[in-house]
Amino acid sequence: MEFMTEISSIQNIIYIISSILFITGIKMLGKEDTAVKGNFLSALAMFIAVSITLIDVINPMVLLSGIAVGAVIGSAIALRVKMTSIPEMVALFNGFGGAATFLIAWSEFNSIPDSLFQHILIMITIYIGGVTFTGSLIAYGKLSEKISIAKTSIITKVFTTLFYASLVFLIYAIIQPITPSVEFNFFTILLALTLLGGIGFVLPIGGGDMPVVISLLNSFSGIAAAFAGLLLLNNVLIVAGSLVGASGLILTIIMAKAMNRSINNILFVGYASSSSSTSSEEQGEVSPISVSDAYLILESASSVLIIPGYGMAVAQAQHVVRELGELLEENGTEVKYGIHPVAGRMPGHMNVLLAEANVPYDVLAEPDDVNPTMDVVDVAVVIGANDVVNPSATEEPGSPIYGMPIIEVHNAKTVFVLKRSMSSGFAGVQNPLFFKQNTRMLFGDAKESIGGLVSEFKE
Amino acid sequence: METYVLLGFVLILSIYLGLELIAKVPSTLHTPLMSGANAISGIALVGALILSTDSNLQTAIAFLAVTFASINVFGGYLVTNRMLKMFKKK
Repeated sequence: MEFMTEISSIQNIIYIISSILFITGIKMLGKEDTAVKGNFLSALAMFIAVSITLIDVINPMVLLSGIAVGAVIGSAIALRVKMTSIPEMVALFNGFGGAATFLIAWSEFNSIPDSLFQHILIMITIYIGGVTFTGSLIAYGKLSEKISIAKTSIITKVFTTLFYASLVFLIYAIIQPITPSVEFNFFTILLALTLLGGIGFVLPIGGGDMPVVISLLNSFSGIAAAFAGLLLLNNVLIVAGSLVGASGLILTIIMAKAMNRSINNILFVGYASSSSSTSSEEQGEVSPISVSDAYLILESASSVLIIPGYGMAVAQAQHVVRELGELLEENGTEVKYGIHPVAGRMPGHMNVLLAEANVPYDVLAEPDDVNPTMDVVDVAVVIGANDVVNPSATEEPGSPIYGMPIIEVHNAKTVFVLKRSMSSGFAGVQNPLFFKQNTRMLFGDAKESIGGLVSEFKE
Repeated sequence: METYVLLGFVLILSIYLGLELIAKVPSTLHTPLMSGANAISGIALVGALILSTDSNLQTAIAFLAVTFASINVFGGYLVTNRMLKMFKKK
């Protein structure tokens, strides 16, 4: 008995050391110079916490084989994934974390909770973990374009209804007194409704809102782990889970601010239903431009700003974009990249793609840095971005995206917009930028157009 | 109950600490931060390791929980590391 308590206090001390490493790790992860080291420290913290737990388990063979299977699957996915598929990978891993906490709470329920407080904790942990699990899987499906069910489809409506039903049922499950003589098995219903509810939570949310959803699910998985820690009276779970919960929450808020929308509006309303007073007066003729004419303008420009969007990711154009940037610099042009926080499908998506293509991170600028000097930019090249450069956000109080912080490319001397066709962006709002006097449309696949410019430069 | 109050205190302090630590992260690092934080949420692995294995059902649940959490841990850290290695200064 004495030996047992000794082991458990040693474990608790090691857990504190591990928590300190997690805190230091996540702090270092937030700075460019120390990020790699920070990630390593946090992995070390994980290793220490897991090892000290393993010295005192009842059924080591089962657990070790679980770790081995997980290690093989996780590593295989992580080492093979292409950098363009990072958003869906993060969603997938997040889902597995949620599933683990869901199962932990289920197991604790089977061990029969001994107080009302534990009962409540179990119900909440099941719910958050389960919604994170299936919600993340749906996010994975949407991001990898394996699932495309319209918001208006009947399937979406059924699942959305199930999501609200699951919330109501959660409240019932919480106040359900712990008596063995319950007439029907409310717990199994809760498990099922939670998993279905998670699907309904994410299914109606559109692709462009994914940065917010993915951040929120990330936060959920942390909160679920922290609650599991409360349940198991384990301090390292609480500390590490809370850190993740907080970081996900901050990213969620940053993303929502960058769209100038409330989190509630993103999750439960969406663009489609927010009343749109479509402006028709500003439309007119667009001026297309050919690759060779675009080259002549770029060749004589002294400063160029490149604004990438989701279209660049779709066209896989990041490598040719980097090449163009280098050629322009050799030509004596100052090249910068303007990155909007919500460009792409996850926070920082564009930064990762450009890093993959070897663009140094110090030439990537945020909207606040590039907007004040926009009038001295000779050419702003918009590659597959739409809503984040839509001047309606600053000029048209009736527009659904009015108030959203944008990259104000319309103030540059010339704007090139690389686009496949004239379709409107994710928000479904027409973009008056295309009809401005200083805008030239370069229609076609972004990779081919930029590739054309690159070969013009090389000749 | 005493223990819960104490651990609740740890929870609140950790969330507050997390908010302070991450509030000023540059947007360049948003994706690695999210993916790194995601790996940390695999700490559920520690919880999964101390689950009971009294019955077949409980053993199956524990095994699955450990496997899922391990996928999260290994996959999360490796992918974050791969990503961070690409970030270079001029």
